[in-house]
Amino acid sequence: MTSEEYLSSQDYQLAKTVAKPGYKVSVQRLNSWFFEKKALKEINLDVKENTVTALIGPSGCGKTTLIRSLNRMNEMTLGARVEGSVFLDDVDIYDRTVDPVIIKRRIGMVFQKPNPFPTMSIYDNVAAGLRLNGIRDKRLINEIVEESLKGAALWDEVKDELGKPGISLSGGQQQRLCIARALAMQPEVLLMDEPTSALDPIASAKIEELMHDLKRDLTIIIVTHNMQQAARVSDFTAFMYLGELIEYGPTTRIFENPDKELTERYISGKFG
Amino acid sequence: MSKRQERMKIIQNAVERTNARRKLMNTVFTYVTIGCVALAMIPLGSILIEVFKNGAGAINAEFLTQPQGSIITGDGGIGPAIQGTLLVMGLASLIGIPVGVLTGIYLSEYARDSKFARAVRFFNNVMTGLPSIVIGIVGFILLVVTVGSFNIMAGAFALSIIMIPIVVGVTEETLKLVPNSVREAGHSLGIPKWKVTIFITLMAAKSGVLTGIVLAMSRIAGETAPLIMTILGTSLFFQCLDCPVDALPLRIWRLASLPYEHAESFGWGAALILILIVLSLSMVLRFFVLRRSGGRAPSLKL
Ligand SMILES: Nc1ncnc2c1ncn2[C@@H]1O[C@H](COP(=O)(O)OP(=O)(O)OP(=O)(O)O)[C@@H](O)[C@H]1O
Ligand SMILES: [Mg+2]
Repeated sequence: MTSEEYLSSQDYQLAKTVAKPGYKVSVQRLNSWFFEKKALKEINLDVKENTVTALIGPSGCGKTTLIRSLNRMNEMTLGARVEGSVFLDDVDIYDRTVDPVIIKRRIGMVFQKPNPFPTMSIYDNVAAGLRLNGIRDKRLINEIVEESLKGAALWDEVKDELGKPGISLSGGQQQRLCIARALAMQPEVLLMDEPTSALDPIASAKIEELMHDLKRDLTIIIVTHNMQQAARVSDFTAFMYLGELIEYGPTTRIFENPDKELTERYISGKFG
Repeated sequence: MSKRQERMKIIQNAVERTNARRKLMNTVFTYVTIGCVALAMIPLGSILIEVFKNGAGAINAEFLTQPQGSIITGDGGIGPAIQGTLLVMGLASLIGIPVGVLTGIYLSEYARDSKFARAVRFFNNVMTGLPSIVIGIVGFILLVVTVGSFNIMAGAFALSIIMIPIVVGVTEETLKLVPNSVREAGHSLGIPKWKVTIFITLMAAKSGVLTGIVLAMSRIAGETAPLIMTILGTSLFFQCLDCPVDALPLRIWRLASLPYEHAESFGWGAALILILIVLSLSMVLRFFVLRRSGGRAPSLKL
């Protein structure tokens, strides 16, 4: 049975989504719409713990929509609707009983464009999540702010001016500040939507290195348009096209020996 | 347990500890906001209902188009007041909107933080708080005494003085909300600054600016005191540029002080017409703003 046949078979239509032991994140039968327009079609994707997964595909294929569906951010967009399941360990984050606020605490996010809190200092930006979640221990906050900034490879540049406004930093520094801000909450999964598109090669290399270190502690899902970056940082790669997940597998296989011709043509730069 | 796991535990605990409180606050907040909506809507709703109930009966073709006849028999209507209100509001807007919008643009896009701009901003704020009767007296001295009679231009002038500071404030604040990247995108195409300002920045802020304009127009629609000092009121349709003119708030005020049954129903009718004029202003705004953004809420997206 081909995968197309399977997707239209009755077995599949009637199957219930269930947690998959051994996977940190399991996307099952995810569909998404913006108003009437369908943006994601029957996405199924299982992500192992402590790996980096890259989402690639041409502009407008739904990478941002998919990654924003993984922490229930997408449903906050006007006109957006999501159906299906996303399991984080053994909870379906789209279950009625699940509180989206708790989910966002466990799944960090770095956006395509740097978005530091405009009125807050560098320090306050990183501390905001902790403080507003009721953590009072100043020593602990201090420690976490420093570690998170170090983790985001920004500490050396800002350690003497932590009181400066976050938005006074350069674009690349702002993006690393946003990474530090996400890390401060000690997330289990980190979602990054083209996090290096605003960075110079050296800062990008730092972030890539960082991902390598971070994956010891957490699971990373990253959207990137840079094929070399996907090949360098990721263990698994998912190729999307027009709202569908075309192919998913170990990065080396996807890049060296893809099953689908479409994947091969995209990776070799013949379209997209 | 690793340091990281320890931290996760602490944060998890903090989140869980504050979770019940957060949910409670969420619920409390939701109900407080709903309560406030009700609190705001009850007086508003009851005023509307009361005015409709008492005023709807008075309204007919004669009421809308004829000057007032004998108030004892209830002949005629409030035609001159409707005409006068539309004329005075129109003229005031003709002065107030361009002056207000352009001043707002100047403050936000050109002067920014110069000493002069700060002074203008300060006086603008002071003007927002001026009692309207004072503005009426100024209009009286400048344009009634010199002309030698109550006249429409004095009324339009006084109302525009009330309008301008509102429009200036809203325009400036809304323009400031437009992200700089939008302006820069315009400049990067080699478009001259004044065109970037009007066709790109102002367009991005248009829903806010239009809301401010409608707010200011609604405000002047109901002003009475400055009109007593400037157009006086009359029972005749518009006669000449240096004659008194009537207006709905003036008519309501006069009718309210008369002891006749028909005066009362005429007053309610006039109040209803005034409310309908203000309502239709906002409806027209909503129609235009919403139509352009495809039925969705207006946003700053270009
Ligand atoms: N807020 C929105 N309202 C309506 N449609 C949207 C919205 N956001 C995205 N879409 C539509 O959903 C589809 C997927 O968009 P998405 O942003 O996920 O693409 P992407 O793969 O991230 O592209 P890119 O590589 O350019 O960032 C597009 O066709 C887009 O037009
Ligand atoms: Mg995107």
